[in-house]
Amino acid sequence: MAIKQLTVFVENKQGTMVSITDTLSKHNVNLRALSIAETEDFGILRLIVNDEETAEKVLREEGYLIKITDIVGVKIGDAPGKLSAALKVLDDNKINIEYLYAFMARTEKHAYVVLRVEDNAAAETALTNAGFHLVTEADVAKL
Amino acid sequence: MAQNYYQKEIETMSREDMKKLQSEKLVKQVKHVYENVPYYKNLMDEKGVTPDDIKSIDDLHKLPFLTKADLRDAYPYGLLAKPLSDCVRIQSTSGTTGRRVVAFYTQKDIDLWEDCCARAIVAAGGTNEDVCQVAYGYGLFTGGPGLNGGSHRVGCLTLPMSSGNTERQIQFMTDLNATILCCTPSYAAYIGETLKEQGYKPEDIPLKAGIFGAEPWTEEMRRGIEETLGIKAYDIYGLTETSGPGVAFECSEQTGMHVNEDHFYAEIIDPDTGEVLPEGSKGELVFTSLDKEAFPLLRYRTRDICVLTRKECSCGRTLVKMAKPMGRTDDMLIIRGVNVFPSQIETVLLKEGYEPNYQIIVDRVNNNDTFEVKVEMTPEQFTDKVSEILAMEKSLAGALKVMLGINPAVKLVAPKTIARSEGKAVRVIDKRKLV
Repeated sequence: MAIKQLTVFVENKQGTMVSITDTLSKHNVNLRALSIAETEDFGILRLIVNDEETAEKVLREEGYLIKITDIVGVKIGDAPGKLSAALKVLDDNKINIEYLYAFMARTEKHAYVVLRVEDNAAAETALTNAGFHLVTEADVAKL
Repeated sequence: MAQNYYQKEIETMSREDMKKLQSEKLVKQVKHVYENVPYYKNLMDEKGVTPDDIKSIDDLHKLPFLTKADLRDAYPYGLLAKPLSDCVRIQSTSGTTGRRVVAFYTQKDIDLWEDCCARAIVAAGGTNEDVCQVAYGYGLFTGGPGLNGGSHRVGCLTLPMSSGNTERQIQFMTDLNATILCCTPSYAAYIGETLKEQGYKPEDIPLKAGIFGAEPWTEEMRRGIEETLGIKAYDIYGLTETSGPGVAFECSEQTGMHVNEDHFYAEIIDPDTGEVLPEGSKGELVFTSLDKEAFPLLRYRTRDICVLTRKECSCGRTLVKMAKPMGRTDDMLIIRGVNVFPSQIETVLLKEGYEPNYQIIVDRVNNNDTFEVKVEMTPEQFTDKVSEILAMEKSLAGALKVMLGINPAVKLVAPKTIARSEGKAVRVIDKRKLV
């Protein structure tokens, strides 16, 4: 069920980000969502792309430190309170969130939230039981 | 300035009498070592030298050298010359087995070491009227115990503060009117800056003198410390292998350190050939303990690059003077007064599951050493969670602290990002300008 997230270690120096996005664009990889966690010395770039296999391969070839992580994607309505409702389900089930980020769909009136949790299966079950629609790898490719 | 001496007859002894004293001690010492230290006896046998060949200090060059490698091979008891039942103390440096120096002391060894420190305190103007604040670390490190002992001998009121807790240092200093401060020069500068921030002017600070050593410092730093604290700042030199601080000390002239050569005979050698160089030449400093009993190193190569001079000194002391060390012949770094070898860092990395791809970056910011270790992560170690990477950095810094005794800032970086020149990684970047 889970979505593959591409994580890239980003050194805190000029030109690193653009060189990553350049590499991806050269190989026709399209970005769906991204988030950066930064510290004083380094950043961790998390990407949802349409083709993570190609993305992983070409970034590795460029010498980047890459990790593929399974994360949970959930579709929510684009209206106030919808994210809270999803998060409340996880909270009720005592599922801790390491981090999350969200993105909007281009055509539908929906938003997507991707979540990094300790136990993907538990989160997926909880969200499904509560009536949420999970996003799959195939959905991401089609977006 | 009127001169005081702690042991005037020794400190102002004629060259002739000093040579006689050194010769008598050396002849006795070589016999003692030959009979009690099989490790050194073997070295002498290999070189074809016997105690009978050593008739005066002029024969010293015939003896084999001892190096850090010998200390490693002989660790821990191989160079011990007295039964453990005669020993009363050890002192030690940080480091791995072998890199760590464990020096043994009989009561007599402690006495002569403390005498040397007392000479340094008196040369800095100390008397039994003084309040001496010792802010070197106490414990295995020789700084605290050495100056503490010296201060007792002079009869100063001793404040055994150890290092750190600057607020408390300042409180004791001002409440109890400390007149002499002993610590590393960078800590002295830090205390000075803190006092300044708190609104103290130099004339409000009770200190009159400071004895600072265990790490390299510049004339510029000296001037800065002297101005901020309103004191005269004196240099002191020593190493655990010979005893600790007090092997050499500065006098009012502040143009180099008098070597306590009645106990520690200094030579300058060509580090490549081992040949003894004449006075005034730059070379590697070598020490011979003339009368230490438990751990008497003969011709120990310090790896410090230095110059000796016998030019007459205005203080009246006739003891040979050594310049501030001008560098090292090995890769040892002195960071915040602590000896650090890159190989120690490598050992920790391997033990903690890292590849030995690292870089040490040392700098001095506001008179304090900064110490950063960059380490390349492996793809397996990389994670998408910032908290885990920060935890790995913290845990590695902790392991390095256990090994080195000082806390580095650890920065994990991507593989193959540490600068390489001609295919070889640059392990150390020392940005401090100390010479």
